[in-house]
This record gives sequence, structure tokens and C-alpha cells, in this order.
Amino acid sequence: MRYITPLKAARGTGAAGPSTGTLHHWVLTVTSVALAILTPAFLLVMGNAIGLPRAGVLAYFSQPYPAIVTALFLIVGMYHFVKGTRNMIDDYLSHTERKVAIIFSEIFGWAVIAAAGYALARMALTAVIV
Amino acid sequence: MGDIPRGNRPLSPHLGVYRLPISAVTSIMNRITGHAMLAGVILIVWWLVAAVTSDHAFAWADFVLRSWFGFLVLVLSLWALWFHFLAGIRHFFYDAGHMLEIDEGQKSSWAIIWGSVILTLISLLLFFLA
Repeated sequence: MRYITPLKAARGTGAAGPSTGTLHHWVLTVTSVALAILTPAFLLVMGNAIGLPRAGVLAYFSQPYPAIVTALFLIVGMYHFVKGTRNMIDDYLSHTERKVAIIFSEIFGWAVIAAAGYALARMALTAVIV
Repeated sequence: MGDIPRGNRPLSPHLGVYRLPISAVTSIMNRITGHAMLAGVILIVWWLVAAVTSDHAFAWADFVLRSWFGFLVLVLSLWALWFHFLAGIRHFFYDAGHMLEIDEGQKSSWAIIWGSVILTLISLLLFFLA
């Protein structure tokens, strides 16, 4: 027998309640502004880098500006991506499927951030040592 | 139900035959472009990781990135990025309570569509000429 009423069960499950919907929206807004600033800078950096030979790519991303712009765009971008995916998952999925999708979207997002961070850190730090 | 005279009574909008207004198209396109440009991000992160891995790994990633397939993925991601950029800026106006009238939504939708195409062409021109 269920002791709670349907109203009690439904309370607090909406986006604006004590759940995290408002926070997600705010995080998406803050990262949007950051990405709006970073987008032209990132495109110019990638435009310079694509087409270089391997040694040229390593040398290019060992400079502070290309390395920092690329790191910021990919890290903030993937964080924004995970929050945006969460938005979509909350709209289209429910129950166990929703939980599984949220878990894998977070894992995937951080894996991409780790890969990009590793590559950029290695290019930047190697240049200083050599 | 067969004996009810139907005459020329209007049918309620049915999702299967309902033509989406342009503002609904740009709204769902914002979500689709946001997720689809992951293809371009994956390609670039793979290319960056390959650059710090080995000559062989970089040659392979660089070949894919600069092949017709890589070009297609990057150009579509570029357009998706500009579309998402402009639609995201429209969300700042929405959040501030502006541009919410029907005609404003239609105008801003066309501005996003044409703006994203123009910004993509300018980006490509800069990449190939500069």
C-alpha cells in the first residue's frame, strides 16, 4: 500500500522546484556567453593549424594563445554539450533509460575533455622542456 | 462514429500533417546542430591526440581530417556552430523577455538561417584566401 498521495509524489519533480533544472539553465547560459566569445578565436586558431605538418602542429599549439583558446573552447564546449544533452534527455527519456543516458553522457563528455586536455598539455609542456 | 455528419468541419492540427512554423524549425535545429557538431569536435580531438602520439597516428588522422569526408564533416560542423551561435544569442534575448512576438520569432528565424550560411561562407573564404 502506498502511503503518499499522488500530489505528494509529484511535488518537487518539476524543473523549477528543488531539483536542478534552474541550475542547468544557468550553467548553459554562462557557458553560452563564454563560447560566444571563444568561437571566433577558436575558428581562427583551427584555421591556422589545419594543413600544417606534424612538427608545425606541435610548435603551433605550444604557443600560449592557441593552446589556451583551444583548451577553453573544448573544455567549456564539452561541458556545455553535457548540459545540453541533459536538457534533451530530460525532455525525451524517463526512468532507468534517463538515468543511464545521463551517466553515459557525463562519462563521454569528460572523456573528450581528458583527451583534448592531455594532447594540448603535452604539446605545451614538451616545448618548454625542449 | 460513422453516423456523425462530418461535413466540412475543420480537423484539429495533427502532428503528422502539421507544417511546423519557421520558428519551431529553427528551435529544433538549435538542438540538432548543438548535438551534431560533436562529429567535428571528435575529429579535431582525435587529430590533436594523434599529433602527440606518433608520425603514423598523425598521418592517418590528418589524412581523414583533410579528405573529402573530413572536409564535409568540418564544413557541416562549421555551419552547425554558426547556427547554434546565432540561435544561442537569440536565447539571451528570449531570457531577457525580448523578441517573443510571433512576427519577431519569424524574422529572427530567417536571420539565423541566412546569417549562419553567410558566416560559414565568410569563414571558408578566410580559411582559403587568408
